[in-house]
Amino acid sequence: MHEMGIVIHLAKTLDQTAEEEKLKAIGKVVLQVGEVSGIMTDLFTDAWDYFKVRHPVLKDSELVLETIPAVTYCDSCKSTYETVKYGKECPHCHSGETWLIQGNECVIKEIEAE
Amino acid sequence: MKIIKLGLGVTSSNDRDADALRDIMRSKGSLLINLMSSPGSGKTTLLSGVINDMRDLRIAVLEADIESDVDAVKIESLGAKAVQVHTGGMCHMDAGMTTEAVRAIDEECDIMFLENVGNLICPAEYDTGAGLNVMILSVTEGDDKPLKYPLMFEKSDALVISKTDALDYFDFDIDKCTERVRKLNGNIRIFPLSAKTGNGMKPFENWLREKLDEWKTK
Repeated sequence: MHEMGIVIHLAKTLDQTAEEEKLKAIGKVVLQVGEVSGIMTDLFTDAWDYFKVRHPVLKDSELVLETIPAVTYCDSCKSTYETVKYGKECPHCHSGETWLIQGNECVIKEIEAE
Repeated sequence: MKIIKLGLGVTSSNDRDADALRDIMRSKGSLLINLMSSPGSGKTTLLSGVINDMRDLRIAVLEADIESDVDAVKIESLGAKAVQVHTGGMCHMDAGMTTEAVRAIDEECDIMFLENVGNLICPAEYDTGAGLNVMILSVTEGDDKPLKYPLMFEKSDALVISKTDALDYFDFDIDKCTERVRKLNGNIRIFPLSAKTGNGMKPFENWLREKLDEWKTK
């Protein structure tokens, strides 16, 4: 239950934010999810709807997911390419000296609240 | 309704808990070591060897599993303090759960091992609050694991290649594995060993002592 673990942390992080900012209710929660973060978005939203009712400040919240495309950088030819399409090997020079520069994140971008 | 820009990592509450736990452990002078691996890689056997060899140190073990207490019973039979933690179906330990488990050890100790849930994926994503992260990869699992589960190799301070007594029976290439791991993490220490025969245990144990001294004096 990978998604459930993330949902629990998300709820905890938002609860803390609500306390610090003295918020009564949180509406929309915009989450940026990397293409290769390993998060299954359908399951994640379901898990959120199941769990949010336990937190008064979050019970009417709505999760909005935005995808961040995965991009890999090649250290050999200094170019970037789409990770999902080509994987670990650079399509330009076939080097394996490559690493992910974005697409692994899971960030709370913004929330709507009162 | 107003919009609040956050830009916070989803697990940032966990990161805060982890830093708090590290502060507690440092003030107590005990080093928490997070052990991560697949199920069956030999975590408990490795720990049994370490406990036997390093009797001069006070060692405790936090055993995290989804079910049962077989590992905790085994560790306690060696005379070390053990606490069994059930994650309630969760596939990893987070800093909050680890803090609770640490509280359950009422004696002072030098090294506290956290035997994380057997899984190469999620445990790498959550900071437990440990001072050191050690990964175990057994010869029986294959030398291609760094290619499949890069994050755990990236996050670990040391890699133990376990069950080297079985090298003759498996196509595990230690050099190839080392090369793959180094590409992901240039600073990682690699210890091939067999906890069963005792071969290679000494360098690993010396490294643990070195790290413990650093932790206590830093």
